[in-house]
Amino acid sequence: MLRYVAGRLLQGVAVIFLVSFATFGIMQLAPGSPIDLLIGEGGRVNQAQIDAIERKWGLDQPWHRQYLTWLGNVAQGDFGRSVLRTGTPVSDMLLEAAPITLRLNGLALLLSTAIAVPVGILAATRRYSLFDYASMLLATLGVALPGFWVALMAILLFSQELGWVPPYGTQGWRAYLLPVGVLAFQETAILARLTRGATSEVLSQDYVNTARAKGLTDRAVLGRHIVRNALLPIVTVLGYRLAFILSGTIVVETIFAWGGLGGLFIDSVLNLDYQVVQAIVLLLATVVVVGNLLTDLAYAVIDPRIRLK
Amino acid sequence: MSRPDVSPSQPLIGGDAAPDGIPASSARHGLAAEANAPSREADALAQRGANRSEFGRAWRRFKRYRPALAGLVFLVVLVTVALLADVVAPYDPLVPEPRLRGDAPSREHLLGNDSIGRDILSRLLYGARIALVVGLGASAIAVVIGVAIGAAAGYFGGLVDQVLSRVIDTLMAFPTLALLVTLAAVLEPSLRNVVIAIGATTWSSYARVVRADVLSLRQRDFVSAARAAGASDTRIIARHILPNVVGPVIVLITLGIGGIIILESALSFLGIGLDPSEPSWGGMLNDGRAYIRRYPHIAIVPGVLIALTVLAFNLLGDGLRDALDPRQRS
Repeated sequence: MLRYVAGRLLQGVAVIFLVSFATFGIMQLAPGSPIDLLIGEGGRVNQAQIDAIERKWGLDQPWHRQYLTWLGNVAQGDFGRSVLRTGTPVSDMLLEAAPITLRLNGLALLLSTAIAVPVGILAATRRYSLFDYASMLLATLGVALPGFWVALMAILLFSQELGWVPPYGTQGWRAYLLPVGVLAFQETAILARLTRGATSEVLSQDYVNTARAKGLTDRAVLGRHIVRNALLPIVTVLGYRLAFILSGTIVVETIFAWGGLGGLFIDSVLNLDYQVVQAIVLLLATVVVVGNLLTDLAYAVIDPRIRLK
Repeated sequence: MSRPDVSPSQPLIGGDAAPDGIPASSARHGLAAEANAPSREADALAQRGANRSEFGRAWRRFKRYRPALAGLVFLVVLVTVALLADVVAPYDPLVPEPRLRGDAPSREHLLGNDSIGRDILSRLLYGARIALVVGLGASAIAVVIGVAIGAAAGYFGGLVDQVLSRVIDTLMAFPTLALLVTLAAVLEPSLRNVVIAIGATTWSSYARVVRADVLSLRQRDFVSAARAAGASDTRIIARHILPNVVGPVIVLITLGIGGIIILESALSFLGIGLDPSEPSWGGMLNDGRAYIRRYPHIAIVPGVLIALTVLAFNLLGDGLRDALDPRQRS
């Protein structure tokens, strides 16, 4: 077990390197440089001054050298400074933005799990019932609706027409309702379909028949035999859900003007603020790797067949 | 026959993960091979007969699932409209009419005008072209990359597989939109570049499925036979293995196009996709978002159209999976 965890950790570190290296490479393809944006058009700056700025930020070095320098700094906890917000340490910006994203995504994950798992199990056990059809119709629709459009319609209805919630911002608990709801919406649809599928698969297993045949109550069969087994595939996808919901957060934070990592990411990418982009990608990669590792471990804990191998 | 419940679902804004609930390693068992592979080199006539009845059976299975038929009909209409956009669109989608800015739907302009006075209906019709071109083009790129990498990983195994699998897993687990946004931001905003960027970031599901299929296919007798007969690796992969993954790949393409269309609209919505003058559905939503208070009608219809198109592709994909993917057969 320990060997397995150590191996996975090493792989995780490799993955983080891979992602950060790829992003660094992509950013090098960009046509402009942050200095152009900093100076603005028609700025009165001569070449010597530009060279001085480039030297100061290390932009005159070849890119592989820049990457190594950056890596060395990161290893010492220095994520560099934002070129655009002249000189603000990137780590400060991350520390400010990360809790917002964490709250938003954590709430959305909780909400979607709390709704989707019971709905999926119920739909599978009452197959072809009205509840099954209705919930799966909703889920199919939910998967097809673009999240940003759902967000716009929600703003139109709940903020514009009814005035129940603010259209953007993070002030007060009401401001959380729409962003969390929108982010959880699609997540719920996908997870409900998945849960229903996993549960129906378990329902057709011999051990479920055996459990029924030996006279267990429906409740006992459901709790002890069906749900426990159906949860396995649901736990496996937790890692993917993380990636998925982090994609969603980019759009949702932009629409609702939340200053979380997603919003910061879009701003930084559009302004070619390399250091910030690099740091956020590194953070995302770490979260994803750790999330997947925890998923695998949880899987081993839940399923004795894997643990005993 | 059971409905496909555990489907590679469409992400919020596209291609992240296909959480089909099955661990990658055990995802598939290459049952597609059963269909017709061993008879590959057989008598041409007999094979054609086998293929026809295989197609016939697939079509019968497909027809049984009504929603897939509905999806197919919708898509046929959409493709027709996209092809005939010049003829059916009442106005030029690019020319603004300043005096009609934000006009609500009227008899002349059935869906109203956008924030600078362009006819929304005409833009939607031309937008179908963009959605379909991006969906098909990006899928094509993703399929080429994904199949090549998946086949190489599954067929050669060993170190090649380990390295490639790591890359595949990383891409699957990483938020696609973050990668896509970065890539799109550094490329010039053109249709071609959007297609390339999406294709380059969404191939992992193909690679994963093809790898798993190839992994089991290469153990099969007909591959050993081909090898014994002196066929090269390239020939074995191209002639004997890849034909057997066509079914699953077609299903994945259909299920993936919806996600790609959503990705494109998300990019344009964020303002990093196509040029804002282009009639992309996502770009129209961006316009609608900016004027959501004053002209709410602008944002409504493009979203409905995106949702219907994605839904149609998803339903079609579900139906095709029933028809083409033998794992679902009872």
